Amino acid sequence: MSEMMYREALNRALFEEMRREPTVFIMGENIGQRGGSYKVTEGLIKEFGPERVLDTPLAEATFTGAAVGAALAGTRPIVEILFVDFTTLPMDQIVNQAAKYAFMSGGQGRVPMVLRTQGGAGNGLAAQHSQSLEALFYHIPGLKVVMPSSPYDAYGLMVSAIRDDDPTIFIEHKLLYMTKGEVPQEPFVVPLGKADIKKEGTDVTLITYSYMTLKCLEAAALLEKEGISVEVLDLRTLKPLDEEAILQSARKTGKVIVVHEACKRGGIGGDIAAMIMEEAYDDLDGPVLRVCGKDTPIPYNLELEKVCIPNVEDIVEAVLKIT
Amino acid sequence: MSKKSPSEKAAKRKAGVSEVPEDRLLQMYHYAYATRQFELKCMDLYRQGFIRGYLHPYLGEEAIAAGACTAIRPDDYIVSTHRGHGHCISKGGDLKGMVAEIMGRATGYCKGRGGSMHIFSKDTNNLGANGIVGAGIPIATGAAMGIKVKRGDQVVIVFFSDGAANNGVFGESLNFAAAFNLPVIFMLENNHYAVSTPVECSFGNCDLACKGTAYGVPGICIDGNDAVEVYMATSRAADRARNGEGPTLIEAKTYRHGGHHVNDPGLYMDQAVLAQWKARDPLDILRKKIASPKKVKTIEERVDRELEEAIEFARNSPQPSVDEFLAGIPNY
Repeated sequence: MSEMMYREALNRALFEEMRREPTVFIMGENIGQRGGSYKVTEGLIKEFGPERVLDTPLAEATFTGAAVGAALAGTRPIVEILFVDFTTLPMDQIVNQAAKYAFMSGGQGRVPMVLRTQGGAGNGLAAQHSQSLEALFYHIPGLKVVMPSSPYDAYGLMVSAIRDDDPTIFIEHKLLYMTKGEVPQEPFVVPLGKADIKKEGTDVTLITYSYMTLKCLEAAALLEKEGISVEVLDLRTLKPLDEEAILQSARKTGKVIVVHEACKRGGIGGDIAAMIMEEAYDDLDGPVLRVCGKDTPIPYNLELEKVCIPNVEDIVEAVLKIT
Repeated sequence: MSKKSPSEKAAKRKAGVSEVPEDRLLQMYHYAYATRQFELKCMDLYRQGFIRGYLHPYLGEEAIAAGACTAIRPDDYIVSTHRGHGHCISKGGDLKGMVAEIMGRATGYCKGRGGSMHIFSKDTNNLGANGIVGAGIPIATGAAMGIKVKRGDQVVIVFFSDGAANNGVFGESLNFAAAFNLPVIFMLENNHYAVSTPVECSFGNCDLACKGTAYGVPGICIDGNDAVEVYMATSRAADRARNGEGPTLIEAKTYRHGGHHVNDPGLYMDQAVLAQWKARDPLDILRKKIASPKKVKTIEERVDRELEEAIEFARNSPQPSVDEFLAGIPNY
């Protein structure tokens, strides 16, 4: 085991997969010479050259479409969209092309591409660089959606996403890049569609993903001191959704809160809550709660930004309400 | 309409017929004739209720697909459009799989899931028709990039319309292909209408070939009703691409012989102009360049027979299994 940062774990996965498979290549804005705004692609161009590490023009619709075409022509492209906010530019290529090709062609045309991007608030980047848009992709049949919270998961899920034969939307979080965690030195994979219990507990389940996993773990530690045993289930992959792990934990504790940074209205929490109630209603002690972002664009001012996103106190308060 | 009529342009053209070997001429005629008959038969089937949804005939534009696809290799790629039957046929697509797909049958190219607007034929490296106008342009550009990553020597032809040339990805893709020197041929089928909106009403500059220049992509304008001219231009562009000289934009001027789709009578089209273009029927132009009427007749008889067989095959093919379809939906 060695300790590394989230961004280093992603970087390692890219290096290893590009060494393993010559048809893997990556393109995006400023990912080559500059190594990416968050250094995830640092050093790749030196080893793999500009033919496999491409600094693209600022044309998201076209280079995302190019990834679809390159995938159809037998390669495994990775594209980086600098902010998830910018994925609205290539939405046709994501929703109507990448997600649909395998289906529309009766399985003839597979699109094994990974769209890497990052989202979330917390850096004072305001309304167009701080969103959590995973629900847009979650809603589209044909896409897989991955949102890791730890360096271990980031590495293992990136390897799986690259090897998968379908398009994967891989959403990183800007506040996670510098976080550290243990990652084994030997190569490994984390399969898509498997949630992970980040902390076991018996009184209440917090279902979460991405950066909010860290907040849930903090809340759980505080609650533990109060004698409340909290289970933290990190979904890791939103699609495929690990329904089994969700239901198992819900049945165990009987109390469930879904926590995510994205705004509550139309968010993934509502879907998960409904699924739990459909499948495990009799095992619940009460309604599934949601602790989510406010239904507002993200403001620039620090104090205003803070109140838009769930914090540890919000999570603790919600737990205390039902335990 | 451009100021220069296509016939004047054709008269000025010096490209000799003798430069194209007879077997190529016959192949082009085969594809063009097959496309013409395919469209006419499909329109009949549509009216008889065997086909649902949209059907966009390629009538009048057959020379572009026939000329372009004959000029490239079987392992080269094409990317097609919603008006894509001609492209698929000219790339060597199987008529049975095509008719069956358009009729939504289990034996169709896409198992009845795609229909007319989404025919994809992996067996001929046709990366598919597309229901979103312009969306194929970046996909083709990316296929060319994929070829480069794999160090192959294939080229990609992307067919698209004047309507698609007003979409942002057109300009982006020209730039992208030029910046990375990609082996892609942008085949702009200028049929003068985006559904019902004429080119003159939707472009500030109706010289569409010149749009490549600003991006560093050489652009040429050709008579899209002359399959030989399309063949020659595509051959040169494919040579350039294969030699690592990058993309080419070809504006092939043509005209739809009817409305936007089978149910559109095209009443907005100027009937006099339409008649002028119909008088320059791409099949007639090509037929005149083939010395042997006997060989033409042989092709026509063969195509007619194959098409009848394809329709028979499709009509006798099973509908896709609903159970199988539902079982295949992943529980994500």
